[in-house]
Amino acid sequence: MATLIKGRRVVSESPFSLKDKVVRLEPADDPAAISLEGVARVEVNFPKFGDGRGYSIARLLRTRYGYRGELRAVGHITRDLLFFLESCGFDAFELREGEDPHEALASFEDFSEAYQASVARPVPLFRRRAV
Amino acid sequence: MYLYDAIDQRLVDERVRQFRDQTRRFLADQLSEDEFRALRLRNGLYIQRYAPMLRIAIPYGLLSTRQLRKLADIARKYDRGYGHFSTRQNLQLNWPKLEQVPEILAELATVQMHAIQTSGNSFRNVTTDHFAGVAQDEIVDSFVWCEILRQWSTFHPEFSYLPRKFKIAVNGARADRAAVGVHDIGLHAIKQGNDIGFKVLVGGGLGRTPIVGHVIREFLPWPHLLTYLEAILRVYNRYGRRDNIHKARIKILVKERGPEKFREEVEAEWAHLKHGPDTLIAEEIARVEARFTRPTYEKPGSDPDSSRLGSDPGFSAWAKRNVHAHKVPGYAAVTLSLKKTGVPPGDVTSDQMDAIASLADRYSFGELRVSHEQNLVLADVRQRDLAALWREARAIGLATPNIGLLTNIISCPGGDFCALANAKSIPVAQAIQERFDDLDYLHEIGELDLNISGCMNACGHHHVGHIGILGVDKNGEEWYQVEIGGNQGETRPGPGASLGKVIGPSLARADIPDAIEKLIHCYLDRRDSEAERFVDVVHRIGIEPFKERVYGHAHQRAPRSQREPVLA
Repeated sequence: MATLIKGRRVVSESPFSLKDKVVRLEPADDPAAISLEGVARVEVNFPKFGDGRGYSIARLLRTRYGYRGELRAVGHITRDLLFFLESCGFDAFELREGEDPHEALASFEDFSEAYQASVARPVPLFRRRAV
Repeated sequence: MYLYDAIDQRLVDERVRQFRDQTRRFLADQLSEDEFRALRLRNGLYIQRYAPMLRIAIPYGLLSTRQLRKLADIARKYDRGYGHFSTRQNLQLNWPKLEQVPEILAELATVQMHAIQTSGNSFRNVTTDHFAGVAQDEIVDSFVWCEILRQWSTFHPEFSYLPRKFKIAVNGARADRAAVGVHDIGLHAIKQGNDIGFKVLVGGGLGRTPIVGHVIREFLPWPHLLTYLEAILRVYNRYGRRDNIHKARIKILVKERGPEKFREEVEAEWAHLKHGPDTLIAEEIARVEARFTRPTYEKPGSDPDSSRLGSDPGFSAWAKRNVHAHKVPGYAAVTLSLKKTGVPPGDVTSDQMDAIASLADRYSFGELRVSHEQNLVLADVRQRDLAALWREARAIGLATPNIGLLTNIISCPGGDFCALANAKSIPVAQAIQERFDDLDYLHEIGELDLNISGCMNACGHHHVGHIGILGVDKNGEEWYQVEIGGNQGETRPGPGASLGKVIGPSLARADIPDAIEKLIHCYLDRRDSEAERFVDVVHRIGIEPFKERVYGHAHQRAPRSQREPVLA
């Protein structure tokens, strides 16, 4: 079973419940084309380490299409990606095999600040610096 | 020089810590080769032909002497006592040890430097005019805009894993000295009345599919700069090709969609982002501007200038080629040539770096710039100091009076170092420099950009050389293809960026100097006046007369099967 981090904690997946509606998106999928009605979880797949399309999908789901439910990054996920993934709106992460989830938690703190606006920091640094 | 605040510094320090841990995990087999490759590349670390290569970022080419001395130290301590300035205005070390790289990055961080995103499929160093802030034809100080873009493009959470590398150039003057037409995004500052904005070009680039960028917005008011770029990048990040590395640059997406369709997509995306939180504010521009150190210029006095040396032909030649006009009376910008015959273009030793730092401290307010032509620029020299500076620069081999001339060759490191190269570039550059060692002749030939790349990745910008040379591999042998008529941009009023055309079958290395000489003879025969440059003549009369001069008429009749295949 893959290791899961949710809300910055290592969790074991609760048994799959049929009433949970889960949508899975591949990198080429258009988040505008799916119905989010009643969806409990959206999974975005990262089939390759360097495929960055899922970051845009996540940001669009959170900022343009109003999705508030669980947004889970699955596929080739190592701790090195957690900071960016969380910044773009993911809140659950299925780590690739061999990645120690407890050590991985530290990577949410890889950077203590970011220049850009994102889901995690809706106001860019330059506007916060200007206050 | 932009001075970091506490946050800028913290981010760079945190990056060092992160990469130290990633290197440790790689060495402990916890990260795969593939994973570590993606991570080390975005810290500038390549595994090269003989050793790793570390590319250190010099944001928009601006360096303080404190930083240059640190680079000299690092090259001595961790490498072989020299470095190579690249066309992206960065510095490359060719012999560091992988396990020492985190230590090098930690040392760089102590002088507000790093190797962040100098490689990999992410934003690269933003480049600009090496005369930014001092040019007489300045519209805006492009350094300020480059720094704003540096911050925006550093660790961008959404755009850190792009389909391919992404290069932005900013030009802030009337003349284009930043080659904005051959970048993924080129920004050319424009003033409309009192409003500052940018002409936006997209989809230009060199490499194996050279294309001149398309203007997708004639005037973008500055507050919208980041939201508009975000719209471009989101379209690219989502739809740029990821199935084929050679078709992954944004230029291919723009070409496949068509510039007009691409523009519409960007505009549709921008409609959601315009006026959003990333809209720039005047306070931020002022804040960034205020963090740049500025020279305290002297009032022009009655000091004798260097004209008394006018009779020294060596000084006159140097003053003509390597000294450039400055917006402040009494000052000049000076190019220290890294193109002395016998030295690989762009290479400097640690001792030279220290000596250059000393020159910059004494003659140019402790700062210098790296030009994309791989030279160093002291931007703020008092005119009355020119003669003294010339003597000192000459003593350390940095006063070759060849800026803008044929021997000011742009060259990649080529097959002597690079794992990608098909052929060597440095020996070709040297052979040409040796052939054209007569200064009077060089000056007579006038302005000419000669660029050499060791493979079609085009790091030596051969497509935009007035003469471009490309190393090609033919059955395991090194051959060279010659192009003419390329132009990096509108460096003077006239034609903008253009790509060279191949003149014929590739040549053996030994034949290159002869071929160049024939091209030059053809040019000298056909030019209207000294004011008409080599590239102007090529544009006026086409490549045929040049082709005939190099290959003779026989080649024209040769059956197709006997010709070399010409690479696209």
